[in-house]
Amino acid sequence: MARGQTMAAQKGPAQRRSGAKAAGPAAPAGPTRDELLAYYRDMLLIRRFEERAGQLYGMGLIGGFCHLYIGQEAIAVGVQAAKRPGDQMITGYRDHGHMLVCGMDPREVMAELTGRSGGSSRGKGGSMHMFSTEAAFYGGHGIVGAQVSLGTGLALANAYRGDGKVSWAFYGDGAANQGQVYESFNMAQVWKLPIVYVIENNEYAMGTAIDRSSSETRLHKRGVSFNIPGEEVDGMDVTAVKTAAQRAAEHCRTGKGPYLLEMKTYRYRGHSMSDPAKYRTREEVDEVRKTRDPIEHVEDLLEKYGWADEAALKAIDAEVKRIVADAAEFARTSPEPHPSELYTDVYTEA
Amino acid sequence: MTDILMPALSPTMEEGTLAKWHVKVGDKVSSGDVIAEIETDKATMEVEAVDEGVIEALLVAEGTEEVKVNSVIARLAGEGGAAQASAPKPEPLPEPQAADPNPQPASRAEARGDPVRAAAAPPTAPAVALRDPELPEGVSLVKVAVRDALRDAMAEEMRRDPDVFLMGEEVAQYQGAYKVSRGLLDEFGPRRVIDTPITEHGFAGLGVGAAMAGLKPIVEFMTFNFAMQAIDHIINSAAKTLYMSGGQIKTSIVFRGPNGAAARVGAQHSQDYGAWYAHVPGLKVVAPYDSADAKGLMKAAIRDPNPVVFLEHEMLYGQEFDVPEGIDWVVPIGKAKVRREGTGVTLVAYSRMVGFCLQAAEKLAEEGIDAEVIDLRTLRPMDTETIVNSVKKTNRLVTVEEGWGPMGVGAYICAKVVEDAFDYLDAPPARICQEDVPLPYAANLELLSMPSVEKIVAAAKAVSYR
Repeated sequence: MARGQTMAAQKGPAQRRSGAKAAGPAAPAGPTRDELLAYYRDMLLIRRFEERAGQLYGMGLIGGFCHLYIGQEAIAVGVQAAKRPGDQMITGYRDHGHMLVCGMDPREVMAELTGRSGGSSRGKGGSMHMFSTEAAFYGGHGIVGAQVSLGTGLALANAYRGDGKVSWAFYGDGAANQGQVYESFNMAQVWKLPIVYVIENNEYAMGTAIDRSSSETRLHKRGVSFNIPGEEVDGMDVTAVKTAAQRAAEHCRTGKGPYLLEMKTYRYRGHSMSDPAKYRTREEVDEVRKTRDPIEHVEDLLEKYGWADEAALKAIDAEVKRIVADAAEFARTSPEPHPSELYTDVYTEA
Repeated sequence: MTDILMPALSPTMEEGTLAKWHVKVGDKVSSGDVIAEIETDKATMEVEAVDEGVIEALLVAEGTEEVKVNSVIARLAGEGGAAQASAPKPEPLPEPQAADPNPQPASRAEARGDPVRAAAAPPTAPAVALRDPELPEGVSLVKVAVRDALRDAMAEEMRRDPDVFLMGEEVAQYQGAYKVSRGLLDEFGPRRVIDTPITEHGFAGLGVGAAMAGLKPIVEFMTFNFAMQAIDHIINSAAKTLYMSGGQIKTSIVFRGPNGAAARVGAQHSQDYGAWYAHVPGLKVVAPYDSADAKGLMKAAIRDPNPVVFLEHEMLYGQEFDVPEGIDWVVPIGKAKVRREGTGVTLVAYSRMVGFCLQAAEKLAEEGIDAEVIDLRTLRPMDTETIVNSVKKTNRLVTVEEGWGPMGVGAYICAKVVEDAFDYLDAPPARICQEDVPLPYAANLELLSMPSVEKIVAAAKAVSYR
């Protein structure tokens, strides 16, 4: 797997901290300059990647279901910053952003979207079904809520081995109403499994607003009857996400069992590419974009602290643009899978 | 310069209406800006800019209908010029390779114009002939109940591999609802013999997740009736993930428990799921009859790197059969066993119905019909070769299963025999199944509903025109 384009978030924490000293006076106890710049770059990469995916979908190069992560970038990026190497990540079908922050090659992700042999599943999975054992990314699941039980199983393996890893299971406000979520909560707490449940509450389960579907809309309280601590987090603020994720991970790693984070967020696009999103007003979407955009938030901080001028940000923009253009080009030119792939990977020999 | 193309709202959209422009010539746009609205009879959607630049030309007027997908609707002048060079242009999708008009015939299948099959023939038969292990000299056979053979298999594999563990309802402290896991908690402790809450959907998912992480779980369902709550994880998560991940994620896991009808427990607790799971690519499905197969196949299932559905039978748990003692007894998955050789009629069955067929064969022998009894042992991959070879000898076929007939195991066997041994059949095959009703509770109706030795004898005689 080509590693040339792994994200800045893959840098070790030490590298990031070393940059802080050079950064000078601003922002006590907050993120360092290098950290903020890395968040900016990683979130921007997701956004530009998703915009390009939307474009390729419009051109007919991507088929079927395609769920974009635009608006929710701070969550995957903030959690990744709190993860340790070896920690597993698992999510549902809105998974492109998670794969990019885990360090999967943007080329392979985009080529999987176009169903080509260069895709991470060699074209046999598609947008909703990508995995990487190398990046400890376990999918990419199309059945709403399934990743919560599976992620709890990853945590069971961690506890069984006593290896100190934490499993991070992401799901939305829609999946939060699935029964298996609560079956998993129960077992995770009874067995004190190291798992952080990350709810990405973007307020709409496909077209159904949360207050129309949920008797308790404060989803971080959904662990109360299982004695699982939960907190609400501003999911549009990447540093808030990271700080909360660190608290949650600490809880898990000290043997206290599962932890619940409700990330308040918003998706700018429809549920999937074929959703015109008529269930909400344009004013509502515009308001979030204008006042809560996670990327502009970091941009503002960088400017406020004097940590990056326009030229520096433009350089990052150009680099991201190049990566995305390269991924799109690869995804358009990578050949379709050979017919002989039809019957491979149904069973494995070893 | 960058072309902006008419996008598709859905995979099936071919054209639409350009309802509104939100920009005009000379406007500066950047990624994410809404530049237009398009409509079809089903939906309206905003078009966002992907590239940055200045609108140079709007090529399609507002309100234009029947604008073809991928036609150029506007043109963008790059902000800095050169950076825009890599912008995508409409390109036809490459032709699928399967439709190559000039294939090089490399095999008979390809020469018949079936390139997909030729390139990727499904593995219908194992390359190496599967055989039960030879019994070394001096190995003695001991009588063991099926439940204990299953327990011994699990215990031996747990001693052999620290990644193997058992989870399920009442498997630990209670020693198993049917006592199959008796003694395992004492030997292996609560870390490896895990009592779960009554939560099939959840613990099946946990088991699959642990398997994805490289462990080798044995997930016990108290009965397979309750596994319907968990069938999504068995099929969608366990069976399909290897394929969907391009071979990256393996799930070595055994789902086991009693299957089929016990006695007088009513419709919801009496069902044979053989056909259900055997339908699914990615799963292996095993359904043994005697103790030696129960042990040898369980050991093979635990070692198998694929998900295995292991169908046991409550009515067989207490029956004793010979098991080789003191050796590592592993029976290959995917190989049927001829339990009784004969030349008059082929009886094919699995699990408890094998015993019914053996009894029927004795009765038929009294009437001068020499029946051959095939124990499938594995439903997927099915050893149809053994069945077809038998039918070529006997020219008559009766299938026996506890499941319902429509779309069932017998239906599949009949189809395979018609495909592979049509000319050898001297009579239409017969199927004995559970009657096509939910299993009744009343003793007499239950008996009427289930396959029986008498029904098998009658069917064998019918296909023998006797």
